[in-house]
Amino acid sequence: MASSSERLETAKYAGSRVERSNQQAKDASEREYKYGWSSAIDAETIPIGLNEDTVRLISAKKEEPEWMLEWRLKAYRSWAKLGDEPSWAKVRYTKPDFQSISYYSAPKSQAKKTSLDEVDPEILKTFEKLGIPLQEQKRLTGVAVDAVFDSVSVGTTHKGILAKKGVIFCSFSEAVKEHPELVQKYLGSVVPQNDNFYAALNSAVFSDGSFVYVPKGVKCPMDLSTYFRINQENTGQFERTLIIADEGAEVSYLEGCTAPMRDENQLHAAVVEIVAHKNATVRYSTVQNWYAGDAEGKGGIYNFVTKRGKCLGDNSRISWTQVETGSAITWKYPSCILMGDNSVGEFYSVALTNNHQQADTGTKMIHLGKNTRSTIISKTISAGKSDNSYRGLVRVMPKAVNSRSYTQCDSLLIGSLCGAHTFPYIDVRNHSASVEHEASTSKISEDQLFYCQSRGIGPEDAISMVINGFCKEVFDHLPMEFAVEATNLLGLSLEGSVG
Amino acid sequence: MSEIPQSKVRDAYLALTAARPNGNTPAWVQALHAEGESLLRETELPHTRMEEWRQTNINAINERTFAPLTDAPDHGVDADSVAALRFVNGVCSESVFVNGFHVPGLGSRKDLPAKVAVTGLCNAQLGDHAETVKAHLNHHLGARNAYTALNTAFLQDGAFVHVPRNTVVETPIHLLFLATPALEDCSAAIRNLIVLEEGAQATIILSFAGNAGAAAYLSNVVDEISLGANASLTLCKLVREGAQGNHLATTEVHQHRDSRFHAHTFSMEGAVIRNQLCVNLAGEGAECKLNGLYLNDGNRLIDNALQLTHTVPRCSSRIAYKGILDGKSKSVFTGKVNVLRDAQKTDSNQISNNLMLSDTAAIDAKPQLEIYADDVKCTHGATVGSSPPEIIFYFRSRGIDEATARGMLTYGFAGEIVDEMNIDAVHAPLSAYIYDKYSPKI
Repeated sequence: MASSSERLETAKYAGSRVERSNQQAKDASEREYKYGWSSAIDAETIPIGLNEDTVRLISAKKEEPEWMLEWRLKAYRSWAKLGDEPSWAKVRYTKPDFQSISYYSAPKSQAKKTSLDEVDPEILKTFEKLGIPLQEQKRLTGVAVDAVFDSVSVGTTHKGILAKKGVIFCSFSEAVKEHPELVQKYLGSVVPQNDNFYAALNSAVFSDGSFVYVPKGVKCPMDLSTYFRINQENTGQFERTLIIADEGAEVSYLEGCTAPMRDENQLHAAVVEIVAHKNATVRYSTVQNWYAGDAEGKGGIYNFVTKRGKCLGDNSRISWTQVETGSAITWKYPSCILMGDNSVGEFYSVALTNNHQQADTGTKMIHLGKNTRSTIISKTISAGKSDNSYRGLVRVMPKAVNSRSYTQCDSLLIGSLCGAHTFPYIDVRNHSASVEHEASTSKISEDQLFYCQSRGIGPEDAISMVINGFCKEVFDHLPMEFAVEATNLLGLSLEGSVG
Repeated sequence: MSEIPQSKVRDAYLALTAARPNGNTPAWVQALHAEGESLLRETELPHTRMEEWRQTNINAINERTFAPLTDAPDHGVDADSVAALRFVNGVCSESVFVNGFHVPGLGSRKDLPAKVAVTGLCNAQLGDHAETVKAHLNHHLGARNAYTALNTAFLQDGAFVHVPRNTVVETPIHLLFLATPALEDCSAAIRNLIVLEEGAQATIILSFAGNAGAAAYLSNVVDEISLGANASLTLCKLVREGAQGNHLATTEVHQHRDSRFHAHTFSMEGAVIRNQLCVNLAGEGAECKLNGLYLNDGNRLIDNALQLTHTVPRCSSRIAYKGILDGKSKSVFTGKVNVLRDAQKTDSNQISNNLMLSDTAAIDAKPQLEIYADDVKCTHGATVGSSPPEIIFYFRSRGIDEATARGMLTYGFAGEIVDEMNIDAVHAPLSAYIYDKYSPKI
């Protein structure tokens, strides 16, 4: 039997190893942004500044019908009236000067393209670098991709197969021209023009985005995917996504984002609207890896996004899954309005912040219908000098009989200079509802690391295992290819010891 | 809120300060008054666009001026009327305050060590304790709103408790605050100062009772509590205001090294009750346990706002609050735990459970964590629901009818908080009160 002093020595040694591995986790924080190049593509960018004429110009450039312009102008007027941007989120930043941003940037040579071969090879190269299988012969996964470059959609793959099933998957501008009745009916029905400061701004100046309509009873044969990239300097990206799943339809939608490295902050203010009719299911997954700024917190994307889904019909279901590793500032609350009886809303999130990143993210679940259910699983990891907040609202209205909600927020802190915060709001107006919330905050357990290491697993792998285990509940809800990408991204974000 | 002329109400209060008797008020207290006035001048009355008051709509209080009573009128309270409102049942040393003013004739000092002071703040600031009062009064008030400013501007009387170094007070100290019909349409600015020196121990019951009048009144309470190193305080607060009584209270606690603070807050009666409890764990090894129970029904509003700050390493905190919500009542619970950069090894735990008895009741729960230190263990949890049907079924299958079953479950739910409190003088009457309130009426 070992003497007590020996045991003490062993314990000390283990302690120092744990110290070291925590140190490695910290070192890991200093990583490089893999997508930090920009492509030399001729782009047409309108002058900076925002007024009614800018809105008219964007609308004219996109050859939009009169009703669309009216809709934009209404949004612009309510934006101008809203005045100040919201300041309630727990983030600190220099407010963007909305008059020094260009609100539209499109790759030049925009003649109509009939096949992908006509797309500018530079753009295709860009997407190749991103690892997007835009060209159909390179497809491995059967994902139909709509790629949005700066503000304009450059190509949508797999159109034929989708068209056979009656699924409409196209760029937003195309939808405005070819399916005006659908756009008019649903645009702004979930996120109205005057919903909030950034949603109003987006409604006024959005340049493109994706449009999805899945008709009655159709199960979309493949996952749909959009890739967003900001390339041009001094531009903001304002895309608008609208997804409609008609009765009994099913669709899974994936979204990924990157941007080049730049010194100044760029603004990204998107709006995503989802409508799920009776018995419909929509899964929306995001892997967000916008440029986060350098180690000193210089540059990076301001990601101010409004995402909301409406479970309009009975038994409908909307599921949000997000992996947030990029952006200097994230301000994002994918929400569900559960109107139909028995409808289900889900939110699974992993948010990782490092260096000087700040994230204020979470969800809102508004229970209106009977027997509605919501599940919220949020995992946040803070490293470096970052701040990471979960902000969520669960509201049960008086008519939401027998509704159930479960929330779990776990935070992991790596290093002593970061912060993790939880701001849940629980508003209940019905006695038959059952709402649960739990949250915990801790650092990587030294016991767990010691256990792994005592079984011969190196400190880096041990940390990687613990973090992956921590996020597993969320990754399980991602489509397979995305789950792999997300795991890699997490490793990349904490490079050195993880992944 | 914009429809209420904010400044008009504040100006009305400020105009009333002229009526405040300044005859034998020491100069430094007058300086406090001036400080309160200037703070009131620049602070908006709480409204629902302020984050802290988002769900707590007190417009009914804001839109009128509850003139603060500035002297103790002939109140007509005698030993019998005190006995009728006492509630607490056991051996206690007692101090009685009528409409915020100390009434020395009605109190008793049972087994109280001679050096321990339990008196009116008004006396204390003039007599032997002037230095202690001066050193602490208004020094601990960190959370500020228009009503705490109003309290400071009209600061006159309240309770003063001072327990000297290493003194143990075995018998509970009962501070009974009565609201008489003389308080109708008026407010009482009650300021309590509790100082426990190093190693001191005490149990204090703060009991607010109103004999129901027809008109509304406001108890505007500020408690300042300082716990020296290794001091230990058990504080039990009972709010039983009159049916039209409003109770806005802010309790500020400053804890030094290794001190222990156990609070039990029971919100029972009153039209609007807001208990803001702010604890600053400012010395290593300090420990606090905050328990609370709110019994809400009718059209009432009960708000419990907790703010806990871990400033230094190795402190622990436990928060457990439960609510029973009936009628068209509205309840708000906020539990904000702040762990600052230096507060490593913090151990913090928070739970809020709410039992809904009616479809028209509303609850807003906001457990919050703000953490800036990495080596900490912090959790919080919140639940809202009603008695599970399986358990009701279990009772019924044993021959117990549904109403009785629900009553028993509700009593048991509250019991978990009541049993945490070890003050016999309160435990028995409180249990009986809850049992009575929730048993089915035959």
